Amino acid sequence: MAGLPLYAQLINLLAAILLLLAFAMLTQRRVLSLVNLFAAQGVALGVSTAIVAYGTGQGHLYASAALTFALKVCLLPWLLHRLIRKLDVKWDVEGLINVPTTMLIGIVLVVFSFNLAYPISQLASTVTRATLGIAMASVMLSFLMMITRRKALPQVIGFLAMENGLFFAATSATYGMPMVVELGIALDVLVGMLILGVFFFQIREQFDSLDLKHMEKLKEGD
Amino acid sequence: MSAAAIASQLLQLAIALALAPLLVGWVNQCRAWLANRSAPPLLLPYYTIRKLFVKDAVVAENASAVFRTTPYIVFAAMCCAAAIVPSLATDLPFARAADAIALVGLFALARVFIALAAMDIGTAFGSLGARREMLVGFLAEPALLMVLFTASLISGSTSLPTIVDTFAHRELAIYPSLAFAGVAFTMVSLAENARIPVDNPATHLELTMIHEAMLLEYSARHLALMEWAAALKLFNYSCIGLALFFPYGIAAAGGDWLAMLGAAPALIGKLMIGGFLLALIETLSAKMRIFRAPEFLGTAFLLAVLAMLVNQMLGS
Repeated sequence: MAGLPLYAQLINLLAAILLLLAFAMLTQRRVLSLVNLFAAQGVALGVSTAIVAYGTGQGHLYASAALTFALKVCLLPWLLHRLIRKLDVKWDVEGLINVPTTMLIGIVLVVFSFNLAYPISQLASTVTRATLGIAMASVMLSFLMMITRRKALPQVIGFLAMENGLFFAATSATYGMPMVVELGIALDVLVGMLILGVFFFQIREQFDSLDLKHMEKLKEGD
Repeated sequence: MSAAAIASQLLQLAIALALAPLLVGWVNQCRAWLANRSAPPLLLPYYTIRKLFVKDAVVAENASAVFRTTPYIVFAAMCCAAAIVPSLATDLPFARAADAIALVGLFALARVFIALAAMDIGTAFGSLGARREMLVGFLAEPALLMVLFTASLISGSTSLPTIVDTFAHRELAIYPSLAFAGVAFTMVSLAENARIPVDNPATHLELTMIHEAMLLEYSARHLALMEWAAALKLFNYSCIGLALFFPYGIAAAGGDWLAMLGAAPALIGKLMIGGFLLALIETLSAKMRIFRAPEFLGTAFLLAVLAMLVNQMLGS
């Protein structure tokens, strides 16, 4: 630890914050706070990308940090806030299944992904390779969040948070993907978000609610 | 074992016994300032303890020996803990008797006896308080252990003086795991010392009490010892927190008297800041429903476990 340069220590710190935010999202009941946590995760991600760019001198990572800020801190939270306003679900509180149990499952997932990532990160040669496990854990936690939620909007936020984790894995393990791939993914997420936004209105029109348990029935009328 | 080490051990114990009520008085004063009330005298806890010592003790008719001996056991446990926790110096001969895990055991011993004594009389409020105390305790203890394990993993020892020596003399580096552990430790100490998000130390409503409900049957010298022990517990927890997360200024092993003289004002300054922060947390937060306490302590446990895992993964 003491041998690491300051920028690597900062990246480790931001990785830890990213993991903490993933847990906070897992246990957050209010939709509005969930969006804010997502934006905070975007900030941590953008800052860590910028620090990797500074520390390793990879110029194209500055662009991807800027892209993260524009997309995940400004545009997507703004879109989500607008959706919440339009769908009038601002004060929605979700009855989560047993928060302590969810946390314990989360801890098990973290242990699992740390174990999984450990041999892989031993092979990597980057300074930030230790954070691969954390990136994997935050992907897993977002996945768990999507599983435990019943409403449509938190599920979408979970999906977006999962992409955050993947992006962090890419920067920490390999110093970022080629610019074309990054731009493509960013566009995918944006378009996906827009389409899902339209879907929300369709779902609500059909079922009078955003609760996805209504969609489990295959036939009409029973 | 040198004479200086024994002297520092005794001095530290004396300072803990003398300063513990003062810390409570300081926290109460800060709370009054923050709430825009006129503050009680800083020395009020001393006056209370003296007043209680000169009064005649009244013990319930059906009280057993457990009820009567509990104040002494609890007070002795807290004194032992004060002797183990390095607050002033790390050269403590007595600390070799017990490591961080035994320290948690000492706190648990005190808790079990308080709960037994509260149930001994057979009043409703006593048993109610005892049950709540055990509910809080069994959730807080693993979190506290995890915090201490994180510190032990970083320093490679479970002995508190060694941990503090390592932390005080390491080169400056960012430890995300220690930050997590620090937040977890703050939450645990709030719960363990019956502070506001979990319990209200100033409440007069028996139904909302946890710690106070267990002391309802005590009077005079027994109550004085219990109050003093509670003050010592707050002092001990503050010193553990300071020793683990802000060890700077503590007198190192093999130091001379000058180091001890420098360490005392540093300790008092750190305790004053810590006490003010405690009052600030208490003023800013509202008391939780008792059934939210498991969630609060579950979060503390989660943070402590994350601290340990992050420490394993990042090596920091």
